[in-house]
Amino acid sequence: MEPILQVKDLSISFTQYGRGTRQVLLPVIQDLSLTIRPGQVVAVVGSSGSGKSLLAHGILGILPYNSHMAGEITFLGQPLTPKRAEAVRGTEIVLVPQGVTYLDPLMKVGPQIRKGRRDQKARQASRTALKRYGLGEEVESLYPFELSGGMARRVLIATAAAETPKLVIADEPTPGLDARSAQRVLGHFRELADGGAGVLLITHDLELALTIADRVAVFYAGETVEEADAADFTAGKLRHPYTRALWNALPQNGFVPIPGAQPGPGEVGKGCPFAPRCPKQRPECLSPVSYRELEGGLVRCLYPEGEMV
Amino acid sequence: MSLEAKQLTFGYRGKNRKRVLESVDLTVAHGERLGLAGPSGRGKTTLCKLLSGFEAPDGGTVLVDGKPLRDYRGICPVQMIWQHPETAVDPLMKLGDTLREGGPVEEELLEALHIQPAWLERYPAELSGGELQRFCIARALRPGVQYLLCDEITAMLDLITQAQIWTFLLEQVERRDLGLVIVSHNAPLLERLCTRIQDLDK
Repeated sequence: MEPILQVKDLSISFTQYGRGTRQVLLPVIQDLSLTIRPGQVVAVVGSSGSGKSLLAHGILGILPYNSHMAGEITFLGQPLTPKRAEAVRGTEIVLVPQGVTYLDPLMKVGPQIRKGRRDQKARQASRTALKRYGLGEEVESLYPFELSGGMARRVLIATAAAETPKLVIADEPTPGLDARSAQRVLGHFRELADGGAGVLLITHDLELALTIADRVAVFYAGETVEEADAADFTAGKLRHPYTRALWNALPQNGFVPIPGAQPGPGEVGKGCPFAPRCPKQRPECLSPVSYRELEGGLVRCLYPEGEMV
Repeated sequence: MSLEAKQLTFGYRGKNRKRVLESVDLTVAHGERLGLAGPSGRGKTTLCKLLSGFEAPDGGTVLVDGKPLRDYRGICPVQMIWQHPETAVDPLMKLGDTLREGGPVEEELLEALHIQPAWLERYPAELSGGELQRFCIARALRPGVQYLLCDEITAMLDLITQAQIWTFLLEQVERRDLGLVIVSHNAPLLERLCTRIQDLDK
């Protein structure tokens, strides 16, 4: 089946001014590849500052003016040019954004979901969308500040689902929701996928992602370090040491933090981005490490788990 | 010596006015870690706002170590860390200026939270959500704070950073004998962190 979205060797960098008028090019995403087929939920799991949100903004063509994008993005078989991105975003490609700040603080919820339309059909659609996410009609006449954190998030999702999108990009849709609502929200993304859409789920929550994703890509410091079927993760088959560290940091799996922090943009060396924090680090990890296939998945590691050295 | 809420009642003003909290009691002692659970919209954040003085209750009182909260002047002894850090800072102020508003902050604290000195010269929109949240934690942990209210503060952070931040906060809480209130939907997290859990649904 033809993929809905295909991202090939995507790199995103920013121009910043250093000292005086000297320009510095800051790479934030490097050589990212990703494929989403109809009916698939693909989760991109990574920590804050790893460039996950920028991936979403890159696909939608809403990166800031001082950014550069290289690589190829194909949407339904056609290159996704900036012009085409502008035409399809909001209808065929929708974004469920991360923060409540994406809501207009001076506009009531109802008109926001209807995007300003006033006809009876739009009214009906917005009510149905709200109802689907467990919100009553009275929510339509509330301003964003009157919503609780969880309600605001459901309003954001309702806004996106009021259209019939081919590709749904969900940027951290679950923080702030209680377990039941989070499961329900993710269930709705699953439904959208089962209806033939592709879903790109951007999240830091490995555990929740595994409950609905078909495929999972793990993102670290702007690079994918591992990609595999979700079933591999649930079976405890992890490939990259960073993925293992994420797993061990779950409150129910030991709550063990590894020391250090993710390198910022421009601080990543030539080798594996995780090497400086990796318990299995060796000198050769600091040279470029290729992204290679391993038992049905992809991994950027010289000494992955489960492979004999 | 404890942070006490007595029969707190509150509703937001507006035409859709309805009671968010009805006669809620809560006590946190120094060194205690209280978890607040309950579904969305049940008033967990509102309760934190009342406990830290961002809203005044319609009925009932908040006592900090026996003295009413409204009688305190200067830096509030009860500091709240918000769920959405981007709404908890002035977008038009450099982070360094925001931090200095409340007096000096220990260098070590910034270091322990991996806050780079360069960030302080930036505006909030130039940091990622997780970076901004770490900044807000540093701001709340100033000298003089007695109680810390954490409203779903790590929900947007990756697992390793979550574990790092909580390990750090628990150590601070112990060393400075703070009282801690933790709001979270993550049941395993509350189980692991708290000495006691209060469910607002009951």
